[in-house]
Amino acid sequence: MSKVAIIGVGQSSFVRGYAGSIRELAFEAYAEAMSDAGLTNDQIGATVVCSAPEYDKQRSPAGVIVEHLGLNPQPTFYTESLCCSSTTGLKLAYALVQSGLHESVMVLGFQKMSEITSAESQERMGRGADIQWESPFGTMMPAYYAMFAQGYLDQYGASEEDLALIRVKAATYGQLNERAVYRKPVELAQCLSADPVASPLKVFDCCANADGSSCIIVASEEKAKQWGVAQPVWIRGLGSASAPVNLALRESFSSFAAATEAGRQAYAMAGIGPKDIDVAEVHDCFTIAEMLAYEDLGFAPRGGGPELIRAKETYKEGSIPVNVDGGLLSKGHPIGATGGSQLRTIVLQLRGQAGDIQVKAPEFGLVHNMGGVGIYGNVVILGR
Amino acid sequence: MSASKKPEADRRFAKFGTVSFTATTKVNDFIGYLEEGQVCGTKCLTCGTVFFPPRAQCYKCRDKARIEWFQVQGSGKLATYSELKYAPTGFGEDLPYAIAVLNMGGYKLFGRIGDVPLDQVRVGMELTPVANELPGGQINYVFNRC
Repeated sequence: MSKVAIIGVGQSSFVRGYAGSIRELAFEAYAEAMSDAGLTNDQIGATVVCSAPEYDKQRSPAGVIVEHLGLNPQPTFYTESLCCSSTTGLKLAYALVQSGLHESVMVLGFQKMSEITSAESQERMGRGADIQWESPFGTMMPAYYAMFAQGYLDQYGASEEDLALIRVKAATYGQLNERAVYRKPVELAQCLSADPVASPLKVFDCCANADGSSCIIVASEEKAKQWGVAQPVWIRGLGSASAPVNLALRESFSSFAAATEAGRQAYAMAGIGPKDIDVAEVHDCFTIAEMLAYEDLGFAPRGGGPELIRAKETYKEGSIPVNVDGGLLSKGHPIGATGGSQLRTIVLQLRGQAGDIQVKAPEFGLVHNMGGVGIYGNVVILGR
Repeated sequence: MSASKKPEADRRFAKFGTVSFTATTKVNDFIGYLEEGQVCGTKCLTCGTVFFPPRAQCYKCRDKARIEWFQVQGSGKLATYSELKYAPTGFGEDLPYAIAVLNMGGYKLFGRIGDVPLDQVRVGMELTPVANELPGGQINYVFNRC
């Protein structure tokens, strides 16, 4: 089977309150990715637009976005899988290219969360769970993840301090990321004494809402060569899985089955294992989510996540650097744009263009992107 | 003419919880049972699958399914929980409260902690699901001490 390359990446700054409309926000990532790839619009065969639509007044946002980007009359597809919409978009783009239907596809993720209040946002995000049987009890995303945090701490005797160490790491690198929302240092004591949000999670265990966009351009091996792409990054493994929405139907509160299964598929497709990964971006919407990812992806054995972070093995100099761009905890989490931002970070790492956060000569990088409370799991393995 | 009159819709599920986001479902009888003080699930008699939350349809048996209600009885072990310090829109009056999952053995319930002081809630404690009336004619179920 021929290969599919990522040939261009772009991302807007992630901000609180973007001073522009959604089409203008999308343009920022588009413009950077197109310059990065050195393409013109006629070389884009189709677009996949990714977001969670409930934040926008615009119905069917793909239409106005491709109009604004001058990408008519090419077809456009809209994908939504909550917080992992743009890695779902990548899988669709891969399939469109691998099938021969299109030679190149643009995956454009965006979200402008600031048009509604934080409480409204919590209510909408809460409705990304089971509205019939869970939402009437008054649920919200931090509380759902907090239930996994409580389950995890109880199961393995880990501490709230172990979770806080993940935020301290995130802030270490968030300070270096000019496109992150949160760029201040965060001390351990500060994390532990912060106001509770939903026990045992406190303010610094949670990422911030943000406005942002991301853009990933994929192309067939043939086109990547024909267009003279200097450093194509190859899509080596793709895994995706789903789990029951209602927590009453989950087996475990100390792991995400959809992430474990997606990881298994991606490793099998790439023909490698966790030890072969040189740098990873994982979905740290909450500190506990990164802890679960260490174990779901096999970077640590079950219950071994705390030891990994205590030993700083997931720092840039460690055995498996994770979220050295600051992660969602620093960058902010503009739902539909998040997966594309993670992919961009890994592409820059594999090209050796990651600047201050560059890890040494990585061969394989991994992206772990989750939708909802472990409802959808996508794992992508990229290689040079 | 009564024969052409549109039948009145059964919207009982709008009563479920502080704020319900669903009005009509094929398991509206869940609300009827709750109002009689019973927390109920369903079981497919054809294949034996137990459903909580209850379902009126069985993906294993499809047109061969025979669905029957059963009452949730006894106690379960608290699998996990979280105490909320902030609430989504519409739930602010309920604070502070805790959401939780109770493991009944063969099935689990997602719900709220009832009469346990929130600083005494612990994973593994034995609790019993009970029907619970709310202001404004709403109703849910909570997990109480045995």
